[in-house]
Amino acid sequence: MCLGIPGKVVEVYREHDLLMGKVDFGGVCKRVCLETVPEIAVGDYALIHVGFAISRIDEEEARRVFALLEEMGELDDLNR
Amino acid sequence: MKYLDEYRDPKAAETLRRAIRAATTRPWTLMEVCGGQTHTIVKYGIDGLLPPEIALVHGPGCPVCVTPLETIDQAIAIAARPDVIFCSFGDMLRVPGSERDLLTVKARGGDVRVVYSPLDCLKLAEQHPDRTVVFFAVGFETTAPANAMAVWHAQRRGVRNSAVLVSHVRVPPAMTAILSAPANRVQGFLAAGHVCTVMGYEEYEPLAARFHVPIVVTGFEPLDLLQGIYQGVRMLEEGRVGVENPYARAVTREGNPHARRLIDEVFEVTDRAWRGIGTIPASGYRLRARYQDFDAGRRFPVTARPVREATECIAGLILQGVKKPRECPAFGGRCTPERPLGATMVSSEGACAAYYHHGRLHTLGSRTNA
Repeated sequence: MCLGIPGKVVEVYREHDLLMGKVDFGGVCKRVCLETVPEIAVGDYALIHVGFAISRIDEEEARRVFALLEEMGELDDLNR
Repeated sequence: MKYLDEYRDPKAAETLRRAIRAATTRPWTLMEVCGGQTHTIVKYGIDGLLPPEIALVHGPGCPVCVTPLETIDQAIAIAARPDVIFCSFGDMLRVPGSERDLLTVKARGGDVRVVYSPLDCLKLAEQHPDRTVVFFAVGFETTAPANAMAVWHAQRRGVRNSAVLVSHVRVPPAMTAILSAPANRVQGFLAAGHVCTVMGYEEYEPLAARFHVPIVVTGFEPLDLLQGIYQGVRMLEEGRVGVENPYARAVTREGNPHARRLIDEVFEVTDRAWRGIGTIPASGYRLRARYQDFDAGRRFPVTARPVREATECIAGLILQGVKKPRECPAFGGRCTPERPLGATMVSSEGACAAYYHHGRLHTLGSRTNA
């Protein structure tokens, strides 16, 4: 129910006075309401839930998790 | 796909699995409160990767499962009206009411439709001005902005023949209820990531302090789950309470302010009954008075009849994390996704359905039965 799928914003436009956009989910494009992520720009990734973007995905934060994992992996190798 | 595939990487998962193992010295019980996470745990066998000391219990994380029988019956009565087009997310159609489900209403000629987004209902209402399009607005905080937007937009555009039947639930009051129960054994929570995307995690800080538990904001991919479990176990082992947020790519402390404002514009907090659990104070949303023209419950009053749950079903105990699906005598035999006795077997995110679909008809080991 709370499924949120990350997708790439490929187009932003207004329709009936709502901020809307086209979002690409690995080749499948869908029409999405962007009203609650007004800062979003074409090329950004957003988290989409029932046709609504609920957040912009923070690339910097996403990278941080993997940097941490890499570090943990390296420590792991040293300890073995 | 970006932001999905890399979170399923087996090598990174192995690193986290080892880190969890190394951090664990005592038995701990963690609960996830989101059906999507339950699904990931069961699908990828995350619980099987953990040391025997760590028990994962599945909480009331499925809005479809906790929608009261009375509300399902109300939806069925409204959907059967010839002047109504009844729209819902697909999961809701096969949830058993007292006598039948929404799918039966459809089979008998009712206009019941599955929609992808609540905004689709507005378009439908404009195409059918002679009928009322009713949307079954169910969900956690994650779905509330979308549902609020549909109502707000309908009012602004004057789409008078659209309405919503609201059965919205909020997660933090349910966590409070679980932690307050005398039989509680949950020592830490994996907070539902997308609920926090919308609401942030400020609300969870007083909860963590009051009940002395760690709460970790957790995402939905296998690595997210393992990372959440790792941080939860570390906090427990180190005796730390509070909220940590490894799902920072999608969650900030204050959440999405635009989405929160939209919820607050359309909804107000109310007490809400949870199927199998009972009424939890301040655990739901209802429409504010200024939007009551869009309340399907007011527009189509239904006389409430006494309801009776299937006696064998233990969905209530499963939703509270007290029992696991396999402990139910009906599981997989008299109760299957094709012929469900209770909602936890219907929704793809219900714990019973997740166990059933991923072949867990039999005991995997004493740990997962704990």
